Amino acid sequence: MTVFVLKRLATTCLTLLLASLLVFFATQLLPGDVTTMVLGRWASEQSKTELRHELGLDRSPIVQYGTWLQKYVTGDWGNSISSMSAVRPVVLQSLRNSLMLALVAYAFYVPLGVTLGLVAALRRERSLDHGISVGSLAFIGLPEFVSAIVLIAIFSLKLGLLPAQSSIQMNASFVEAFPMLILPAVTVSLVALAHVVRMTRASTVGVLTQDYVMTATLKGLGPRRLLVSHVLRNSLLPTVTVVAMSVGWLVGGLIVTESVYSYPGLGRLLLFAIQHRDLPLIQATAMIMVLFVIGANFCADIVYAWLNPRIRYS
Amino acid sequence: MSSSSEPVVAASTGAQGSLSSTSMQHELAALDARPAHGWRLYWRRMRSRPATLVGTGIFCVFLLLAVIGPYIAPYDYAAQNLSEALAPPSMSHPFGTDRFGRDIMSRIIVGTRQVFLLGGTGTALAAMLGASIGLFSAYKGGWLDEGAMRIFDVILAFPSLLLALVLLSTVGSSNMNLVAVTAIIYTPMIARVVRSVVLDVKTREFVQAARMRGERRSYILFREILPNAAPPLLVEVSMRFSYSIFLIASLGFLGLGVQPPSPDWGLQINEGRDFFSIAPWVLLFPACTIALLVIATNLMTDGLRTVIQPGGESTT
Amino acid sequence: MNSPNPATRSRGTAEAEGTAPPVLEVEGLSVDYATEGGRLLAVRDVSLSVFRHQSLGLVGESGSGKSTLAMAAIGFLSANGRVRDGSVRLNGTELIGMPKKRMRQIWGAQLAVVSQHPLSALNPSMTIGKQLAEVGQLHLGLSGKASLEHAKSMLDKVAMPDPESVMRRYPHQLSGGMRQRCCIAMALTASPSLLVLDEPTTALDVTTQAVVLDLIADLKTDMDSAIVYITHDLGVVARICDRVGVMYAGELVEQGALTDLFRQPQHPYTLALLGCVPDRQRSLRNCRLATIPGSIPHLYQEPQQCVFTPRCGFSSVECADAHPRLAETNPGHTTSCLHWQILPSPNECLIQQEEDSRECGLATSGDAVLEADNVYVRFKSHAKSPFARRGKQWVRAVEGVSIEATRGRTLGVVGESGSGKTTLASALCGLVEVSSGSVRLLDEELAPSVAHRSRGQLRRMQMVFQNPEASLNPTRPIGHAVSRSLQLLGGLSRRQAEEQARHLLTSVSLPAEYYGRRPHELSGGEQQRVAIARAFSAAPDLVFCDEPLSSLDVSIQGSLMNLLTDLQLERGTSYVFISHDLSAVQHLSHHILVLYAGVLMETGPTESVLEPPFHPYTEALLSAVPIADPDFEGAPIRLEGSVPSALEDWTGCRFHSRCPRRIGDICIEERPPLNRAEGEHWIKCHWSPAALLERQQNFWKGGEQ
Repeated sequence: MTVFVLKRLATTCLTLLLASLLVFFATQLLPGDVTTMVLGRWASEQSKTELRHELGLDRSPIVQYGTWLQKYVTGDWGNSISSMSAVRPVVLQSLRNSLMLALVAYAFYVPLGVTLGLVAALRRERSLDHGISVGSLAFIGLPEFVSAIVLIAIFSLKLGLLPAQSSIQMNASFVEAFPMLILPAVTVSLVALAHVVRMTRASTVGVLTQDYVMTATLKGLGPRRLLVSHVLRNSLLPTVTVVAMSVGWLVGGLIVTESVYSYPGLGRLLLFAIQHRDLPLIQATAMIMVLFVIGANFCADIVYAWLNPRIRYS
Repeated sequence: MSSSSEPVVAASTGAQGSLSSTSMQHELAALDARPAHGWRLYWRRMRSRPATLVGTGIFCVFLLLAVIGPYIAPYDYAAQNLSEALAPPSMSHPFGTDRFGRDIMSRIIVGTRQVFLLGGTGTALAAMLGASIGLFSAYKGGWLDEGAMRIFDVILAFPSLLLALVLLSTVGSSNMNLVAVTAIIYTPMIARVVRSVVLDVKTREFVQAARMRGERRSYILFREILPNAAPPLLVEVSMRFSYSIFLIASLGFLGLGVQPPSPDWGLQINEGRDFFSIAPWVLLFPACTIALLVIATNLMTDGLRTVIQPGGESTT
Repeated sequence: MNSPNPATRSRGTAEAEGTAPPVLEVEGLSVDYATEGGRLLAVRDVSLSVFRHQSLGLVGESGSGKSTLAMAAIGFLSANGRVRDGSVRLNGTELIGMPKKRMRQIWGAQLAVVSQHPLSALNPSMTIGKQLAEVGQLHLGLSGKASLEHAKSMLDKVAMPDPESVMRRYPHQLSGGMRQRCCIAMALTASPSLLVLDEPTTALDVTTQAVVLDLIADLKTDMDSAIVYITHDLGVVARICDRVGVMYAGELVEQGALTDLFRQPQHPYTLALLGCVPDRQRSLRNCRLATIPGSIPHLYQEPQQCVFTPRCGFSSVECADAHPRLAETNPGHTTSCLHWQILPSPNECLIQQEEDSRECGLATSGDAVLEADNVYVRFKSHAKSPFARRGKQWVRAVEGVSIEATRGRTLGVVGESGSGKTTLASALCGLVEVSSGSVRLLDEELAPSVAHRSRGQLRRMQMVFQNPEASLNPTRPIGHAVSRSLQLLGGLSRRQAEEQARHLLTSVSLPAEYYGRRPHELSGGEQQRVAIARAFSAAPDLVFCDEPLSSLDVSIQGSLMNLLTDLQLERGTSYVFISHDLSAVQHLSHHILVLYAGVLMETGPTESVLEPPFHPYTEALLSAVPIADPDFEGAPIRLEGSVPSALEDWTGCRFHSRCPRRIGDICIEERPPLNRAEGEHWIKCHWSPAALLERQQNFWKGGEQ
């Protein structure tokens, strides 16, 4: 088991490294003159050269990358071009907000998704299953801005229950922010919910058709005991993977959702940074988001290994 | 329906006593009934799933619109008519008009072509690239395979929208860039699917038999192995197409996708945001259209999957 | 409801305990399935009974309906199955139509099932102990601790080594044989009145199968339960069962006491099954096997005649007139054949076969076609992790094997799973790289990889693979496989190749129209014929046959073996025939080579190898195979444990860890020499052949070692 964990750790670090390379390459090394973007078309050559030197763009790509990586890892995320202040505090603050939102969303769709998936699998091929399956197919395709608009239309405009905008204070506490988190959380959850439902259903159905379930049934086990001891125990494994993978959907969904609701999280920050061509900000924000997704997958692998006797006792 | 298979030739050849095996033809008689196979079978399976039929039907309608849309749209998508700005749905404008007086229905219809072109081209590119890389990498194995999969793992570690934004942030959002970005994002997934099929198939005996008769590697890859990868590939491509619509619409909504005055659906929604309270139709119709196409494509894909691979369950 | 045949009910059970009612009573059971092709009548009007302390063997090939019958009887049909008619009574209680809730009280308690998938029948996430204890908790009302104790005692009963530790382990940590023992223990926990064993040893190795069969035979004498044992293997039936029911195409065609049935079958199908089995004790290599033409039909309508007529060698006009019913001929023996009186006994059949046998006196020049010297095949196992302290891990698949195949003759390679025989074949063919050693075909040195061999070399050596379905490309028509080979190796143009391919198909007894069909439209036997046609298309000198018969039914195996024999006689092709089935190997081979875990143990002419002296491993293999003769009493040699992993390093004799004749430390430390027993017969053992002969000379008479 330790060997497995170590191996996974090594792979994850490698992936992170390559991801940082990708982020850096895409933002800093692709064609497109950053200085022109920042200083404008009318800037003088000299000011451009100065800026280029300041940003370190005149050095070789490898050196540039190395410097950036080293700084990033040690916590120096540079200064924002647009605001000229340090990038890190802003990013961390936005991160905190996004985390609040993500947690509420997670708490909503994980239990619901797993339960619905289970129910659909246990009642497979019957009307409830059809309903859940088709429903989840519908939600998978719904872009967040569409569902956001519908939700706002219903709950805000028509029923007036919840606020349409969620522009909380940057450092608002969780309790203060909660009412404004509900709609965005639901919005961002819908896609991830659909994925969790479908994958849970698939893995549970996969388990239900296994030989050992037949053996257990022929032992005379009642449906509840069968479900808990034999089905769930084994379908839990892929479910863990599914739940972790959904973090990817969550993070992606945050971008649009936060924009629609004007919520000051990482997604909105990223958009802001892109609109203003704020390189350090883009890099820092993108890296944090990727870090989360990769980190979540790593945790999932570890939990999976721990739960799976084949790996734990190998 | 097949009857019990009794060959016309009774086994009268058997003399009393020994059961000598004279004519082998008897062995064949039993399999008289050939079950429906190939397309017939798929069609029959599809017929029994209404959801799939509906989805496929709607998809085909959209496909048709993409082809003939601009010719049947009642108005020019860019024609402005400020006197009729923000008009509610009526006989002359079934979906209403936007703030410039442009007919929304026409814009949606013309926009269909854009969606299929952009998303379709990107996905097709990803399919070709992904299938080729998946094929070669899985067959060759070794370092090539390891390296390719590592790179793909990195791309796959990014949520699609995030990666698209990062890539587009510096190069800008031209149509070509959008297609390129779509292709980059979806190639790894398709490659993964093809690779897993090839890994499975390449150990099968018919591939070994092909090697033993001296077939060239390219023949084995393309004429023996690839046809077996076609069904899962088709299913995956269909799914990717639906996601590409999602992606491009989202990018358009965020202002980083297709640029105005293009009738991109996401863009239309973005433009309609400001007028939501007074003229919700500006936003609702494009939104419903996106939802409809994506859902239809998903239903079609899911149906395809269960039809072509009846043993496999949907895994998304 | 059909009225049951009175004959089958009471009198057929003369040996049973007095007048006790049967434990299981099936009357007129009919089951059908809703399939894509229509309503398949899988079981039609079957009646049988099983009494306490009695075991009934249900014999039939795939498609006979035996599993369906059993599943329907215990109430576990799949969703598209339906009991159309009939009744099933367990200890007097009607099971058909019973609600699931009540069935659950019966399952595990009065009725227990052991399935044919030991490897997947246990919950991978639960310890063995817990899984076994569940039954005790549920049906015996035991508390947690008591149920675990009881579970442990059950493991003792099935002779599980070290039950304490096994209780704490997970299924993946046990071998297939041990898992099956756990399943049996689980089934016996609540002392059920009926035990159903559905082909429990099919998925296991021959030697493991023998151990499990021993166990079942032992348990049978202690147990009270009635047993229903489903199998296709007549040898197994002969060992375990008291009564036998033969099923064909959904019907019970004959039923009777074991010895009666084997001595004098009263249905042509039974006779064919007995005569078809290439029995090691009696068949000679040269005689063609008695085979049944055709294959089991799938019936969608009630048959209007005797269902075996199309394939029967004894049928007459009356057989096609009406559907015959089961009738009792002698006490306890029923059959549905109208001509049962004229059927010969198996012994008579065999004498006839011997008279018909053909001399295999081909002009075998004795030239070596293939010579492989000291072949080693080793793979690097996948790197476990960058942090592994150990060095590179090697998988030692084949270790220093030398073989020789002569013109027009067959070399049989025998071994169990893990013996490396398939790897050896792949390596010789160049599909897998030989690590060291030389391979020469007709005196030409062959390149280690198939990609570097010349066309001529490829043409001369071909292979027939194990899994017929996987050896044909599902997306191409079958004729393509043959014609492609002709194009590339035979140098024909596309059109010529197609024509020739059709011709080849007829020579393997397939209609030329099959050229355009897809593989899934053909049966397993037909697919394998295509594979054989493909292998023979360019007139090779040597054909490797890698377990070509394992996945086929017994009756189909016979006709395919005849095909192979015919082709060899016609063309003088040499074979390397690889199999774990000793009977098939014996029938086809002139020479035999015995492999164990990648190492050659014994080699020589067939007659010599199969007579004492044997290598201890060969001895164990031979005594493990069940013989289809209830009177046979072999000397059982049993091997504990399982084939060692190819990853381990080893010293001395490869077999020492399981050898029942281990001498001592010498076997662990020193490599055994290859001793000549007689003529071309060699044995690799520290025992001298003379010493082995002394100890084994009564092997075939059932003497002790």
